[in-house]
Amino acid sequence: MSGGSQTPVTDFRTPLKRARGLGSAKTGTSHFWLQRATAVALVFLVAWFIGTLVSLAGADLQTVRAAIARPCNAILLASLAVALFWHAKLGLQVIVEDYVHARGPGIALQLLVNFLCAIGALASLFAIARIALSG
Amino acid sequence: MLGQYYRFQITSVMSLLHRVTGVVASVGAFVLAWWLLAVAQGGDAYTRAAACLSSPVGRVALFLFSLAVVYHLLNGIRHLWWDIGRGYEIPQVYRSGWTVAVLAPVLTALVWFLALRGGA
Repeated sequence: MSGGSQTPVTDFRTPLKRARGLGSAKTGTSHFWLQRATAVALVFLVAWFIGTLVSLAGADLQTVRAAIARPCNAILLASLAVALFWHAKLGLQVIVEDYVHARGPGIALQLLVNFLCAIGALASLFAIARIALSG
Repeated sequence: MLGQYYRFQITSVMSLLHRVTGVVASVGAFVLAWWLLAVAQGGDAYTRAAACLSSPVGRVALFLFSLAVVYHLLNGIRHLWWDIGRGYEIPQVYRSGWTVAVLAPVLTALVWFLALRGGA
């Protein structure tokens, strides 16, 4: 299990070399970091989005479209969509890893999470682009 | 039930709620994508989506999404604070926990108050 039981004389590999490829020593740091990076972005983007939604409450379709089509809003909304679905993907992945221990269903669920979040982000970007570019 | 044998603490309950609200917010993200598509499509698609979201079920769902997002955002800031190595003393953990637990419903209510006063 741990590197402590190995005799230091015969093993010239560093502890890092032994850990690589085992357990969480794969892409755990990247996952951790991306989850935090998207989280920090979302703190601001979600606060902005809630404020925008409140200001648009009760507005008609034309007003909503004009608001989304404004370049600043379109860019922020596109950023929100990417950060949101990316963060959701990373979080749902951990939940599946923690609670689904069967290998087959686990992989199937991870694929489903990946596909759905990718589609969600792309659909949002498509819709925003369509609104913003239709004038 | 679990409560008979296990004494709940705010720490574990809030940790569990962070996951639950994360899943609820993820579902909300797809509703947002669907709404954006309807706005882009316009016409009947938007009318249907607007009717769906302003129906009683739609309003309850929107309220739950907003509560989940606000909770997850506030508790997420608490997590980021821990990530930079602050606020780990037990009294601090409890204080930040209660702050989030109180602020989440209050801020959600404020958002809905402002939205309903301004529009509809």
